[in-house]
Amino acid sequence: MKLHYKVDGGAFTSAGFAAGQVKRTLRQLGISPEIIRKISIAMYEAEMNMVLHANGGNVDVELAKDYITVVLEDQGPGIEDIDRAMEVGYSTASQKVRSMGFGAGMGLPNMKRYADELTIDTKLGVGTRVELKVFI
Amino acid sequence: MHSVILDKDKCVGCTDCIKRCPTEAIRVRNGKAEITVERCIDCGLCIRVCRNNAKKAKTDPLSMIHDYKFKIAIPAPTLYTQFKGITDPNIILTGLKYLGFDDVFEVSKAAEIVTQETLKYIAEHDIAKPVLSSACPAIIRMIQIRFPSLIPNILPLISPKEAIARYVKTYFIHQGMKEEDIGVFFISPCAAKVTNSRYPQVINKSYVDGVISIKKIYMELQPLLKKIKEPEVLSMSTSKGIGWADSGGEGRATGFENYIAVDGIENVIQILEKVENGKLEDIDFIECLACVGGCLGGPLTVEDAFVASHRMEKLKKEMSKKNRKLRDIDLFSHPVKLTWDKPLKVKSVLTLDDDREKALEMMEQLEAIYERLPKIDCGSCGAPTCRALAEDIVCGKAHVEDCVFMLREKVRNMAKDMVILSEKLPPSIQKKGDNENDG
Ligand SMILES: Nc1ncnc2c1ncn2[C@@H]1O[C@H](COP(=O)(O)OP(=O)(O)OP(=O)(O)O)[C@@H](O)[C@H]1O
Ligand code: SF4
Ligand SMILES: [Mg+2]
Repeated sequence: MKLHYKVDGGAFTSAGFAAGQVKRTLRQLGISPEIIRKISIAMYEAEMNMVLHANGGNVDVELAKDYITVVLEDQGPGIEDIDRAMEVGYSTASQKVRSMGFGAGMGLPNMKRYADELTIDTKLGVGTRVELKVFI
Repeated sequence: MHSVILDKDKCVGCTDCIKRCPTEAIRVRNGKAEITVERCIDCGLCIRVCRNNAKKAKTDPLSMIHDYKFKIAIPAPTLYTQFKGITDPNIILTGLKYLGFDDVFEVSKAAEIVTQETLKYIAEHDIAKPVLSSACPAIIRMIQIRFPSLIPNILPLISPKEAIARYVKTYFIHQGMKEEDIGVFFISPCAAKVTNSRYPQVINKSYVDGVISIKKIYMELQPLLKKIKEPEVLSMSTSKGIGWADSGGEGRATGFENYIAVDGIENVIQILEKVENGKLEDIDFIECLACVGGCLGGPLTVEDAFVASHRMEKLKKEMSKKNRKLRDIDLFSHPVKLTWDKPLKVKSVLTLDDDREKALEMMEQLEAIYERLPKIDCGSCGAPTCRALAEDIVCGKAHVEDCVFMLREKVRNMAKDMVILSEKLPPSIQKKGDNENDG
C-alpha cells in the first residue's frame, strides 16, 4: 500500500504532519510500538530537514508486509558534504532556526540510528532524495 | 471498564463531544452519543464540553459508607479549594467527620511520601528519559492506547490515593481491626480515578472501597462548614503535598530542575508526540495531567479551575505558617509497597484487524473511501472526522451514505438516472416521431 504527502517549506509549526499521519496508520495496522518509534523518529527528522533546509518536497510511503519504506524528495539546495552532514552536531541552520529548537545537527545521525537502511542521493543545486527503510 | 457514561434523555446528538474526544471514542448513532468502551480513557473532557450535561461519571453514593463498620474518607487535595473563604483544611476534614466518616486521612500526605519514593526510584533505576509521571490515570491509559512506545518511560509507582489507602488499612489492621470492617472512600475530582480504583491495571488490588465525587459531596458538606467553630486538628500534610493537585505541583515537590509540567489533554498529546519523536531526551521528568489546571480542573469538581488555583495559593501560604499544628499519629510505621505489581500492557484498540495482511487490505480500502469523502470533518455523520467515518465504514460500523454529501451525490445520480429512464417509453406506446433513428 502506498501513501503520498506534500510537505510545505517553512511551515515549522505544522511540520511533522506527514510523520504523524504515518504513525497513525501504522498504529491501525497493528505494527509494534518499537517499529513505530523507529519509523516516527527517522521520518520526522527527514521531514523536518525538508522543511528547514529545502523548502519542502514530496513524501512517498510504501507499506508492505515485512517492511516500510519512506522516500522524501526535494528540489532544495542539496547537501554539500554528506560525510560532514552525517556527523553528530554538524548543522548549517541559521540562528533563527536554532532559537526555535532545531539545528542541533542530530537529524541525520538519528535517521542513521533508527532506520534499518538509509540511502541519500543529493546533488548541489538540484535536490536531495532520502530513502529510509525499516523492516517489520 | 470505564466510568464516563451518557444520560440518554439529556443528549441531543450534537457534535460537541465527538469532536473533542482525544481517542475518538464517541460516535453519534440514532441521534445519541455512544461511547466505545475500549477506547474511553475517562479523561472527562466530554463531561466538561457537553452543553446539556448529558455526560457524567459512575461514582458511588455517600450512603455506601454505611456498608462498613469503620468509615474512612481520603479526600483529594482539590477538595480544599472548592469552598469560598476557607483556607484551613481542618475545617473541611472535620466537616467530613460530621457527614458520617469515623476518620479522615489526606491523600496529600501520601503525595509527600510518593515524592520521596520518586526521587529514590529514579536514582536507583535506569528508566528511559524523559521519565513520565504516573499520577494521572487518564494519561496512563492514553499512553497505553496512543503512545505505547512510551510505556517504558512511565514511573512505575502507585498514586498518592492508592498509597494513603494502603497505609490507612495497614495501620488499622495492626490496631486490631478486621480488614472487611474498614471502608476507605476516596473523595474525587476525577473520573479516571473511579475506574482505576475499581479496575486497577498495574496493581493486584485497590485498597479503595468506594469513590465519591466532589460534586456529590459538596452539596452536603458546604452548609455544614459554617457551623464548625473549632475544627479538630486532622491535617497532616504540608503545602508541598497539596500542591500535587495543581499543574506542576508534583515536579515542584520533587525539586527536579529539568522538568516540564503540561496540563490539558490536547497539550499533553503534543508533548507526547515530541517525546515519541525523540525530541525531549534532554528533559528528566514530565508531569502530564489530562485536565486543564491539573486535578483542580477535574471533571467532578464544582469550582472553576482558575479560582481553585488561586485558593490553592492561599491555602499553601496558610499551611506554610511556622506554628501550624499537625495531627500526631504514627500512620506510616508499617511500610507498604509503593511500586506497581505488574507492568502496564499495550492496548491495541486502534488496530483495524489483528491479522496484518487483513489490516493492510482494510487500510487500502480506508484510504480509497477517504479520498472520496469531502474532508471537511463536519461531524453530521456522527463520526468526529471524515477519516474516522472511513475507518468506521471499513470496520462495518457505518455506511458511505451516512455522509450527507455522499448521500446527496447518490440522490442526484439517481435523479439523473430517473430522468433518463423516464424518457425511455416502452415501444408499444411510442408515438410516431419518437426515437426515429432507433428503428
Ligand atoms: N534535505 C536537505 N537539503 C539540504 N540540506 C540538508 C538536507 N538535509 C540535511 N541537510 C544539511 O545537513 C545538515 C545536517 O542535517 P541534520 O538533520 O543532521 O541537522 P540539522 O537539521 O541541521 O539539525 P537538527 O536535525 O538537529 O534539527 C543540515 O544542517 C543541512 O545543512
Ligand atoms: S488531571 Fe487529575 S482530575 Fe484530571 S484526569 Fe488526571 S488525575 Fe484525574
Ligand atoms: Mg535535521
